[in-house]
Amino acid sequence: MDHSYFFELFLGGMTRGSIYALIALGYTMVYGIIKLINFAHGEIYMIGAFTALIVSSVLGFTGMNPILILAIASVLAIFFSSAYGTTMEKIAYKPLREAPRLSALISAIGMSMFLQNYVLLAQTPDFLPFPDMIPDFKFLQPINKILNSTQFVILVTTAIVMILLTILIKFTKIGKAMRATSQDAKMAQLLGININKVITVTFIIGSATAAIGGVLISSHTGQLNYYIGFIAGIKAFVAAVLGGIGSIPGAVLGSFVLGWTESFGTGYISSDYEDVFAFIFLIIILIFRPSGILGRKQNDKV
Amino acid sequence: MLRIENIKTFYGNIQALQDVSIEVKKGEIITLIGANGAGKSTTLMSISGIEPPRSGKIFFEDQDITGMDPDKIVSLGIVQVPEGRRIFPFLTVRENLDMGAFLRTDKEEIKKDIEYVYSLFPLLAERKNQPGGTLSGGEQQMLAISRALMAKPKLLLLDEPSLGLAPIIVQQIMDIIKKVNTENKTTIFLVEQNANLALKIADRGYVMETGRITMKDTAKALQQNEEVKKAYLGI
Repeated sequence: MDHSYFFELFLGGMTRGSIYALIALGYTMVYGIIKLINFAHGEIYMIGAFTALIVSSVLGFTGMNPILILAIASVLAIFFSSAYGTTMEKIAYKPLREAPRLSALISAIGMSMFLQNYVLLAQTPDFLPFPDMIPDFKFLQPINKILNSTQFVILVTTAIVMILLTILIKFTKIGKAMRATSQDAKMAQLLGININKVITVTFIIGSATAAIGGVLISSHTGQLNYYIGFIAGIKAFVAAVLGGIGSIPGAVLGSFVLGWTESFGTGYISSDYEDVFAFIFLIIILIFRPSGILGRKQNDKV
Repeated sequence: MLRIENIKTFYGNIQALQDVSIEVKKGEIITLIGANGAGKSTTLMSISGIEPPRSGKIFFEDQDITGMDPDKIVSLGIVQVPEGRRIFPFLTVRENLDMGAFLRTDKEEIKKDIEYVYSLFPLLAERKNQPGGTLSGGEQQMLAISRALMAKPKLLLLDEPSLGLAPIIVQQIMDIIKKVNTENKTTIFLVEQNANLALKIADRGYVMETGRITMKDTAKALQQNEEVKKAYLGI
């Protein structure tokens, strides 16, 4: 058994898992609050990546420091993705809040197709190169083979995002209001919580983390097109369901489990079946734990 | 303080309230009694803005609050403890109380008020770090009332606080309601199926049948009323 190969796959899986986690958070938080699978969430991630590409292409001409460009591009990506996310909620989901959940779901699928085609027409159907703005860290050189700089940045950024989000959800007023709303929205209203604000904040946070994921993965793969949101979105959705949709720790855990499954599956079995492993694993988990790894059993109110 | 004028509230096409008019004066305890499904909870939900009436008006301290958003209504000082308590099951007792104080920003006063509700219900202090869902029915009712008190209500709406609780707990809760009314000068609007209990602590009462107010009088007079006795007091 080759240890360095194992670690390479392990860290590779963790990197994948980090990206899935950044996207899966949006699925699980939105589901927790308005019980909607936001199928257009992958597109928000794609729009974040595109925003970063456009910004970095423009700023690239100024000869600015690449790290600074990446930072500015990320901030703008977060801003644009959040704007798209909240606008989408206002247009496509808010009018359907009292409607059956199936109607909102179809609205979400429509939104997803709309945004894909919007970017297709506004940009190009071809793959575009994404500039590599992450420098090579000297201290990573000894282990360059199993962990490169981009992966390192992905892992560290994800860890920071997770810690900040945990603090926000656990300790701040708006975080508590979000949890309260997800547990009983009507009661939250009866205590003076404006659930429209809570929903908007939820979409902002979900879109922002997705945008970060979009910028990071594009830096990693070095290319993007209008369709990247679809597969990444589906995978992140699988991760969220795997972990127990509605649960934030569940989404993170599900993402890492999925990342490792794919990484070890392709590394030790066959890379031809890369996308199959995710779904096989999902089916197995759901047979034994229908509400996901950390999912709560739905208690029906009497 | 609160004036409800001829409200009609609908669920879809089904009319739940028909020309309901109720007046609540500052500092009193009024009760709305009636059978299951008479429209008592709907009345409270209309006041809180969750089920706004299709016609008619609701005034609070001479301000028209008909159709106002629920959070605005809470900010004016009307807070409801709904039927079934609706504790946030995965928030701790303390966090549930924090949610009651959601609209307040006076941190020092909030701390004092938390101590105050702990003094009303010492059990809650013992369980402050426990998830709300793990409390017993009686404890949850105590928490629900405490949570509402954290909002510093001028008018407290209570929906069936006695439902499903052991008699000894019910008595304790009724005593606290009375205490909150006399000590904090909080006006109380109490909805109850248990008319006996409600008329004992209330100043005035309204009787509701299938979405209409059929009687109103002082609590004493209603206790003596033959029809009320027969229909609601089981005498």
